[in-house]
Amino acid sequence: MSFNAVLMVLFLSPPRVFSPDGTGKKLTVQISLPKEVQVQITSLQLVRECKTGEIDTLDILPFLKAYTDNDLNYKVEYRYKILAFSNGNLIHESEWSDFAKPKAEWFDTSKLPLFIVMILFTVIIIFYIFQARANKRLFLRPIAGLEAVNEAVGRATEMGRPIIFISGLSTISDIATIAALNILSHIAKRAGQFETRIIVPCYDPVVYTIAREMVKEAYTTIGRPDLFNGDDIYFATDSQFGYAAHVAARMVREKSATNFFMGYYFAESLILSETGASTGAIQVAGTDSVAQLPFFVVTCDYTLIGEELYAASAYLSRDPLLTGTIKGQDLAKLLLTVVIFGLSILSLFGVNLTLGLF
Amino acid sequence: MLQKRIPLLIVFITGIVMAVQYFVPHPVSQHIYDTSLKWDRAVASMAYILAIVSFLRFHTRRLKDKKYALYSTVSLVAFFTMVLVGFVLGTDERSLFQDIYKNMMVPLQATTFSLLAFFMSSAAYRAFRIRGLEATILMITAFVIIFGTTTIGNYVPYMNDIVEWIMAVPNLASKRGILIGVGLGVVATSIKIILGIERNWVGG
Repeated sequence: MSFNAVLMVLFLSPPRVFSPDGTGKKLTVQISLPKEVQVQITSLQLVRECKTGEIDTLDILPFLKAYTDNDLNYKVEYRYKILAFSNGNLIHESEWSDFAKPKAEWFDTSKLPLFIVMILFTVIIIFYIFQARANKRLFLRPIAGLEAVNEAVGRATEMGRPIIFISGLSTISDIATIAALNILSHIAKRAGQFETRIIVPCYDPVVYTIAREMVKEAYTTIGRPDLFNGDDIYFATDSQFGYAAHVAARMVREKSATNFFMGYYFAESLILSETGASTGAIQVAGTDSVAQLPFFVVTCDYTLIGEELYAASAYLSRDPLLTGTIKGQDLAKLLLTVVIFGLSILSLFGVNLTLGLF
Repeated sequence: MLQKRIPLLIVFITGIVMAVQYFVPHPVSQHIYDTSLKWDRAVASMAYILAIVSFLRFHTRRLKDKKYALYSTVSLVAFFTMVLVGFVLGTDERSLFQDIYKNMMVPLQATTFSLLAFFMSSAAYRAFRIRGLEATILMITAFVIIFGTTTIGNYVPYMNDIVEWIMAVPNLASKRGILIGVGLGVVATSIKIILGIERNWVGG
């Protein structure tokens, strides 16, 4: 076959165009070229035409089997054709596809199992909240780390030294930070009752503003707004190791009696907690950062592991409504354990059911 | 009373809207999400102003205290130098601002990070002191992992398989156990805040 014959432009069937999801922004173009054309291709172009008449050309990789066009408008119709080139010469041009609109849906069906689990979990929690409202006494197992919170505040009071509270190095969008701030509120109330100084160096500007307001509110709640010292709740720095160096220095210079490390931590966790341990302070940590947990377990007197951090607020306040949520959480965990155990047993017999959950 | 109810109402509405938004792929839902992210950035930028004021107030007050004056002077000089250099000479790739950052800030951060090696040794010593059954198991496991990942460990038969099994089975199982608890804790805390049961952030 001569070279010229290969370069002859082939007109072939239009590409298939479809919406890959319901975001209303994407259309996928399926590229199926004849084998004899595929081996010749050095570059590939996709021509997109809007129904309004606007035409764009997109350069795409020559070996692609499908291309997803992004950032489209779900109200506009589009059609596509494929141009294949060999060393700059057009060797294949498909016909135009039919006009298609990116599909915009109001529910993502792939998330249905998650939605059902979320609703189920919410119902369980609300059920236990109503149980708590009906004055049913709910038992909470003792958590050593939380029992120690009051003891740690008392120790600082006896020694006449301050408490240092760190709410982690994550932002306010992290639930661990919110849980840490809830604990801060309880500790500030307790510290205020004993007139013990509490120092809160902050890493994130938003967390700083919230922590400041929470401590202020805590002092007001116990009727001691005069104890609030704005200089003790401050923004230190948003440099990770700069912050670690600052807090370590404060622990050494202030000789804090008690250090609380709550929230989410990264590599600086050991620098903070080991410095605190070397000063002889009683230390209570609580984090859901699995990678940093071993460091806290080793260097702190008490460590709240994972979910205990989230249970802390309910545990410390003993508010029946809050303890109701803990009971709901426990039941959900039990259900999940039964499901995991059941599915694991089934998988041992070769029945692999994931129910779309995992 | 209204001072507490209005924030609780805002949290309830936005919490429900954002939870529903996660399941709705429609561009309108995506637009709501994008707008909320922009609002988040706007709030964060305002918080930065407050944070800088806090930083300056904290260090200027400590200038009066002999014990801390030197450290606070360094902090204030560093802060104003960077602000001045950044505003006057710019912050592009070849600017003095970037040079100061690369040649002072980065080595200082690396120095603090490198302290971890020493802290790890002292923490390991404390962890591996044999005080009971748990500490003994911990020490033996740690020894196997450390030995197995060294060059000599590669020459010991089955050592790599043992290390792999420890990491992939008991280690991963416990990690996943914690993560499941964390996941449920996150959802429970979110529900508490959305429903206004947890209201410490508005003063309890």
